[in-house]
Amino acid sequence: MNATAATDTLDASGLLCPLPVIRVQDRIKGMASGEVLEVLATDPGTRHDIPAWCRVHGHQLVESKQNGERLRFRILVS
Amino acid sequence: MATCDKQPRAAALISGGLDSMLAAKVVLDQGVAVEGVNFFTGFCVEGHTHAIRRKDRAKEKRNNALWVAEQLNIKLHMVDVVEEYKDVVLNPKHGYGANLNPCLDCKIFMVKKTLAKDLVESGFDFVITGEVIGQRPKSQRLDTMPVIATESGANDRLLRPLTALNLPPTLPERAGWVDRNQLYGFHGRDRKPQMALAAQFGFEDYAQPAGGCCFLTDAKYSRKLSDLWRARAERDYELDDIMLLKVGRHIRPAPHYKLIIGREEGENNFLAGYRKRFVNLRASSHEGPLTLIDGSVGETDLQLAARIVARYSQGRDASEVQVDVCQPDGTKQRLLVAPLPPMELNPAWHVGAS
Repeated sequence: MNATAATDTLDASGLLCPLPVIRVQDRIKGMASGEVLEVLATDPGTRHDIPAWCRVHGHQLVESKQNGERLRFRILVS
Repeated sequence: MATCDKQPRAAALISGGLDSMLAAKVVLDQGVAVEGVNFFTGFCVEGHTHAIRRKDRAKEKRNNALWVAEQLNIKLHMVDVVEEYKDVVLNPKHGYGANLNPCLDCKIFMVKKTLAKDLVESGFDFVITGEVIGQRPKSQRLDTMPVIATESGANDRLLRPLTALNLPPTLPERAGWVDRNQLYGFHGRDRKPQMALAAQFGFEDYAQPAGGCCFLTDAKYSRKLSDLWRARAERDYELDDIMLLKVGRHIRPAPHYKLIIGREEGENNFLAGYRKRFVNLRASSHEGPLTLIDGSVGETDLQLAARIVARYSQGRDASEVQVDVCQPDGTKQRLLVAPLPPMELNPAWHVGAS
């Protein structure tokens, strides 16, 4: 897994899909190419939706981890 | 609005269902640059509710709009319109459908929002929808098509590729961005033409939600929303209100309060997130669901609420059940009550029942 440091962190814990994805989309709009967004979430739907959103928009999901109910993603902005 | 000296740019409303997917595909295949737009109103059937109930959490989930975007290889702009959408639900100019579904106003809102300057930087030249004349009794009729086009401000920049041959040519057709001969004249409720076109495109695994993609088309949900407005003497809502209407068993023993009783572990876990905002009850002598109280309650109300909670616990046949009542600030009170016998649970208390 990529160890690139996160530029910004978005805590989407407690939000249910599709809100975590919408928050990610809105946050990344303000970020530059090459920056990394760390996303924390609890909705298991994000396991599917965040990678799908990254594929659709051409961003790179460099990390996806689950620890109990807590999910963590790192997205490299394209 | 973007200019069309270069390739025209279209926005396709993507619900995640088949019709909008086909409509976008028809235009994409003509070489037009298409991007998807999907709105989150708070009433969307998929997403939230799938994440709550345990039986659904076990299934592999996907967001159908995102899935469609992947299949079509297009971008998808997902837009949170919960606040703006309230006016559509509360004050629909064209009224409601069979339930609290303001379908015509909803479509007007979404087309208008798609063309709004703030949605994407450079704007779109036209909008694509999957509407088919005669498909929906409230919003998809021959006479409503021009209403949506006019009131959204899209006018002739609104293209319905699946039913275009039943309508006058739009700007994309007249300007030659889209070849009208490659559009369709579907009409009516028959789904066979869409399914045949899906097969032609090689789409097999598409979503076909039985009641559409919006809770407002659901009779039971609409009755719960009406009950909420009646109880509060105010037609308004917050996102949490409409979320909670999707969850649990709602029982209103008196006009000033109702119980929201979890029906299984997933719902109990979801309701637990609201314990700091609502008085909540749970049997402590037996297994039982978490229950929130929406409204203000006195001691007599609490006794009845506890008896109802006991009735839905494993102690329903016991002579007494211990029920813990927690205030939002965490203070706790323990009640010992007799579970309410089924015949004393007035069927009219069940919110949403017909």
